[in-house]
Amino acid sequence: MKQPLNLNINGENRLMLVEPYYSLLDCLRDEAQLTGAKKGCDEGDCGACTVLMDGKPVTSCLVLAHSAHDAAITTIEGLAGVDGLSPVQKAFVEHGGLQCGFCIPGLIMSATGFLQDNPDPTEEDVRFAIGGNLCRCTGYQRVVEAVMAAAQEIRETR
Amino acid sequence: MARFDYLEPQSLDEALGMLEKHGANSRLVAGSTDFLVRWRTGVWRPEIVVCMQHVPGLDGLHFNDDDGLSIGAMTTVQDIEQNSIVRSRYPALAAGATAFAGVQVRNLATVVGNVCNASPAGDTLPALLAYDAQCRIVGSNGERWLPLTEVFVGPGQTALAAGEIMTEIRLPTPPPNSGGLYIKHSPRGAMDISAVGAASVVSIGSDGNCASVRIALGAVAPTPMRAFGAEGRLVGQPPTDDNVAESARLAAQASRPIADVRSGAEYRREIAQVLAERTLRHAADTAVGGVADFDDIRRLAVQTTW
Repeated sequence: MKQPLNLNINGENRLMLVEPYYSLLDCLRDEAQLTGAKKGCDEGDCGACTVLMDGKPVTSCLVLAHSAHDAAITTIEGLAGVDGLSPVQKAFVEHGGLQCGFCIPGLIMSATGFLQDNPDPTEEDVRFAIGGNLCRCTGYQRVVEAVMAAAQEIRETR
Repeated sequence: MARFDYLEPQSLDEALGMLEKHGANSRLVAGSTDFLVRWRTGVWRPEIVVCMQHVPGLDGLHFNDDDGLSIGAMTTVQDIEQNSIVRSRYPALAAGATAFAGVQVRNLATVVGNVCNASPAGDTLPALLAYDAQCRIVGSNGERWLPLTEVFVGPGQTALAAGEIMTEIRLPTPPPNSGGLYIKHSPRGAMDISAVGAASVVSIGSDGNCASVRIALGAVAPTPMRAFGAEGRLVGQPPTDDNVAESARLAAQASRPIADVRSGAEYRREIAQVLAERTLRHAADTAVGGVADFDDIRRLAVQTTW
């Protein structure tokens, strides 16, 4: 039976009725109507469902929705501010770090979480940080270039 | 689709009570990363899930020279990977942690959960074996300590009795002048289950010979395994290339690999020997030369097929 669940999503408290066996991903997509996080594999391989919990990237398909009540959850929908796209989002657009787009919300969330703690990464660090995100289009090169460019912008505007 | 109810104990006693009440219909979860995958594929069908995430006091990660490293049940693999003491004093465990899945899963998955799921291929398990891990197991009748070697009894099977909870793992302080490494071999690297994993921890005495040797292998037997005979071959000997190679050969010989989607049995045995040799060589070299930089450990920890 559905149970009440209060989640903090993108800075907003959302009270929802959620099945006890729902993953955070199912809750975000089906109950919160936030479909930016994608369901690729539903078993923690592809990273398309990556969101931030308390600033840390997690595969939301492997989180029990009801266990997440104490966490601040950030999805791709929560990144853009009044000034427009976030530095990582902007860099993906400018560097062509996307093709079909299915994996991009997950990649951008992984990169965002990573750059918060590591604003001055090597290219190798970036590749390691996005190792849990599969992309079948880009070949990753432009994704890595975008993350490096975003890192530079974040450093310069800090 | 199977369904379950979700319970969230606020104390260890409450969790033990829930397990006692619901018995075989219940399943304990920590990070839930293994659980949700196996529930979706129908392998596990509990009616009740007891989630340990909000039980206070289980997330500690502490070190001191007398007691060694204490890893609480809710310590995540990422906590281990990022910890500077783990990186400097337990480099094989740091390597196992960094080889584990991807950061999104490491932020959820716990080390104790990796132990309790008892996959032969769990990436933290060979290193925990190589550091002589002891496990604290709590039940309604009190607590007991069990060496990790006795925890694994089969693929996915542990010595924990129904209703018991593993709350802590302790690793003794490694001897002075010791080094270690874990290497995972898999096709993709990230988010991939190991085809083979090997951890070695070696300490070098004042005479330049190996004072203690630990070799543990993953994914080449029904459980993660220590290669005791291979260790004995190297203890008291100088860590020459020949001695290291012979010890690695014995380690691979002691393995009992199966063939599955990730590797053939003979390939696994061959790779086990290669990884045992590489980890032993690195362990012996860094025992005298000082621990490797973590960036180097990260590079060495995952060796993919291509």
